[in-house]
Amino acid sequence: MIPLVETSRELDEEQERRTLERAWRHPGGLVGWCSYTTHQAIGMRYIVTAFVFLLAGGVEALLMRLQLARPENGFLGPDRYNQIFTTHGSTMMFLFAVPMMEGMGIYLVPLMLGTRNVAFPRLNAFGYWMYLIGGLFLYWGVFTNTAPDVGWFAYPPLSGPQFGIGKRVDFWAQMITFTEISALCVATELIATILKMRAPGMSLNRIPLFCWAMLVQSFMVIFAMPAVMLASNIFLLTDRTVGTHFTNPAEGGDPLLYQHVFWFFGHPEVYIIFIPALGMVSSIVDTHTRRAIFGYPAMVLSMAATGFIGFGLWVHHMFATGLPQIGEAYFTAASMMIAITSGVQIFCWLATMWSGRIRMTAAMHFVFGFVAIFVLGGLTGVMLASIPIDLQVHDTFFVVAHFHYVLIGGALFPLFGAFHHWFPKFTGRMIGETAGKATFWLLFLGFNLTFFPMHILGLKGMTRRIYTYQPEMGWGPANLLASIGAFVILCGGLLFLSNVIRSRRHGAPAGADPWASGTLEWAADSPPANYNFVYLPVVPGRYPLWTDPKQRGLVTGVRADRREVLVTTIMDAAPHHRYPLPGPSIWPLLTAAGVSAGLIWAVYQFSGYYPAIALGTAGLIGWFWPRTPAGDER
Amino acid sequence: MSRRRTLPAISALLLSACAGPQQSSLNSAGPQAGHTESLWWVFLGILSLILIAVLGVMLAALARRHPEFEPASPERTAAAADRTERRLTRAVAAATIATVAILFFLLVASVSTGKTIAGLASPGSGLTIEVTGNQWWWYVRYLDDNPQRIAVTANEIHIPVGRPVQIRGTSQDVIHSFWVPGLNGKRDLIPSHITTEWIQADRPGRLRGQCAEFCGLQHARMALWVVAEPESQFEAWLDRQRQPAVPPSDADTQAGYQVFMSHACVLCHNIAGTPAHGQFAPDLTHLAGRMTIAAGALPNNKGTLGGWILDPQSIKPGNHMATISLKPGELQPLLDYLGSLQ
Repeated sequence: MIPLVETSRELDEEQERRTLERAWRHPGGLVGWCSYTTHQAIGMRYIVTAFVFLLAGGVEALLMRLQLARPENGFLGPDRYNQIFTTHGSTMMFLFAVPMMEGMGIYLVPLMLGTRNVAFPRLNAFGYWMYLIGGLFLYWGVFTNTAPDVGWFAYPPLSGPQFGIGKRVDFWAQMITFTEISALCVATELIATILKMRAPGMSLNRIPLFCWAMLVQSFMVIFAMPAVMLASNIFLLTDRTVGTHFTNPAEGGDPLLYQHVFWFFGHPEVYIIFIPALGMVSSIVDTHTRRAIFGYPAMVLSMAATGFIGFGLWVHHMFATGLPQIGEAYFTAASMMIAITSGVQIFCWLATMWSGRIRMTAAMHFVFGFVAIFVLGGLTGVMLASIPIDLQVHDTFFVVAHFHYVLIGGALFPLFGAFHHWFPKFTGRMIGETAGKATFWLLFLGFNLTFFPMHILGLKGMTRRIYTYQPEMGWGPANLLASIGAFVILCGGLLFLSNVIRSRRHGAPAGADPWASGTLEWAADSPPANYNFVYLPVVPGRYPLWTDPKQRGLVTGVRADRREVLVTTIMDAAPHHRYPLPGPSIWPLLTAAGVSAGLIWAVYQFSGYYPAIALGTAGLIGWFWPRTPAGDER
Repeated sequence: MSRRRTLPAISALLLSACAGPQQSSLNSAGPQAGHTESLWWVFLGILSLILIAVLGVMLAALARRHPEFEPASPERTAAAADRTERRLTRAVAAATIATVAILFFLLVASVSTGKTIAGLASPGSGLTIEVTGNQWWWYVRYLDDNPQRIAVTANEIHIPVGRPVQIRGTSQDVIHSFWVPGLNGKRDLIPSHITTEWIQADRPGRLRGQCAEFCGLQHARMALWVVAEPESQFEAWLDRQRQPAVPPSDADTQAGYQVFMSHACVLCHNIAGTPAHGQFAPDLTHLAGRMTIAAGALPNNKGTLGGWILDPQSIKPGNHMATISLKPGELQPLLDYLGSLQ
């Protein structure tokens, strides 16, 4: 159903739909499957892959909790433990959180903007293949005893040529390269899509907050990711493979240089993960409180401000390195400022809930859980901004508690809310609500049981990244509690999985708009057709589906017999020109395979970068070989 | 592998005599940690109130929801009445201003506490301890203008009560972090850098510290002890540390001395006054006076020392101590000799 179509218009919808089906059809067969370039397919591949990595990271977390459940436990030795905690952190940051947010963006942004695909569909596919190969590469290391063991931050000299044994650190550093390439691809295409491919009428002040969040996040990716590539790939990998001395103090290098560059990426990374989650919360809150989000301009400005300030506080990860005091005061102030922009958003959601009509769906449960956990995590973040307090709790379990409150509370709970909220859109069926609420309670209770005691452990002096501790330290009971909580979280995760599997087959049919929501993705079919909309919508307000149907328009004149989209102006989204998008293509996969072969080779021999460049170039030649756009032949 | 289980168990029993919250940052024994602790309680109090307020508003919003939800009338509820919006705007603005004000207060409190702690530095006090991080132990030197009077020890620091002490930190290999929570926050030990920190103990006692920056396989077992004692006791201790080792006095220790000098021990360990001049491992000149061995991994007694020498890898897997093969009858004299190094 297309609610945007005015019944008075005489349009042959069925004919249009048939033409679109032909133009947007997926090719068949395995090669065809590898050639998909539609955003729903790629987005869902990201989501499913990232979810598998979430499970892997979760298993690693459980193994760590088993080892730490009691003092002097012999379950894991130090070498295995170090590999597991490094892989856990790297997986959750690089292979789960960022790609998951990107996958949600790729899937939802074109639907919310009222267009048919992302701006660069083949780049989108290429980014996914790079991500997949990079993730498999790291786990190849895990299963061959070559998993990194120097922490997800890989500080030299511990990670350098002298102390980082074997190929473990190289695997880690090159995995970063893969995922950063992927993240940069996604950022580029989302920025272009959000700025240039919005439905006519969707001026900047009408963009759904989730799309604003993805826009801010994408800009952050573009500024942050090159820094980590500099740190991991230039400083670390060349030090290790060709004997440069960026981090070698004996030759005038400096290990602190690496830390600065790494955290210039590493801190914004946190916001790269949780800003999209804030957008998800806004989408869930407006739908399930049945009113427009309170303070839309404040929300947008807060997210943008977070994006800027996020680059100015990396030093709070380095207070213990002994920097000049005057600079430290600045970084304390900047770190505390984040609490203002986050606070404004929390206040706006609370105002929305206060004045709206709350519908206590499973998705909304997760939003309430998010507020509770995230606010606590934010407040411990204010504590960590204070240098004297930070110097005591830095690198203890207090920090472990803090960032799990921020990242699980701030990103994972919104994400689970988003799964429950958009499940009908993804699959066409409703997700089990009772099971969803039970999932929430298991995760919420399990989470607090696991991570709240860690605050106390940190204050009692338990340092991070230790594979064991002595019984007389008195840390045993709180650790046991945390380990029990981890298994409650596991139960919540398994319940969610079974709920998804069951609901996919047996859930009640959802229809296009089961929540009576306001944004455009709910105007498309559930699940959306490859072309999203039969007629591209025209947007009369911030919540097009909540406006008077008589005011809604739609676009005609965009060709349906090829993959064509409408390009609009940046500010007002006035129609500018029509643009044909490329169809299915196997070249992104071939290019990704070529580049990957070179990058993996480079781990063993630096000269592998040359074939990487050569194969990548060959792939791009095939990719960009001039072809007449489909439909232009006549 | 029974030793693997019994040794830690014994160590637990023995150390529990002096156990307690020796590594808690909320059990300060000196002014630096004390100021930080006071600041912590201020932060905790204020921020807890904020948490309660936010959760209260959220639960209130939940409580006042409309029970009868009408799914079919989106337009009516899409925007609440203007009056409500104005009230909400005022509330959100007030909450934002309050946030800014509270954060500003906390910022001032934090920076001024930082300045107070920095002001506790006292360059004239005359006691500077150089701490060098190693995988996975602490090399400690008591600096002195007269090189003859420099004392070297490992993994245990004695300080006089009531006197500010400067810690000058650096590292021999990877980055470590010096942290004794009862005295002050942490300071990284970075190769090619020198970082400083001032500590001071207000009362006698034993405080445990631990490496706080991940430094490889045995990061978990890189602890150190700080013993704060009255000035006179401290001076006596320091004087003893400056002396060369006690020469072996009887047949047993004489035999143990021979065992030590004829094995690989001498390549890494130093015992002042003997031909053992190794510099890669903890100085053993006054080993017997220390509370623990292997950087806090085990209490220091004959049994644990014997276990450690025979099989260091089962206690601290991956550590750099070589496993030496002793002939039957060599261990006892060796332990006697090491036990005599008061």
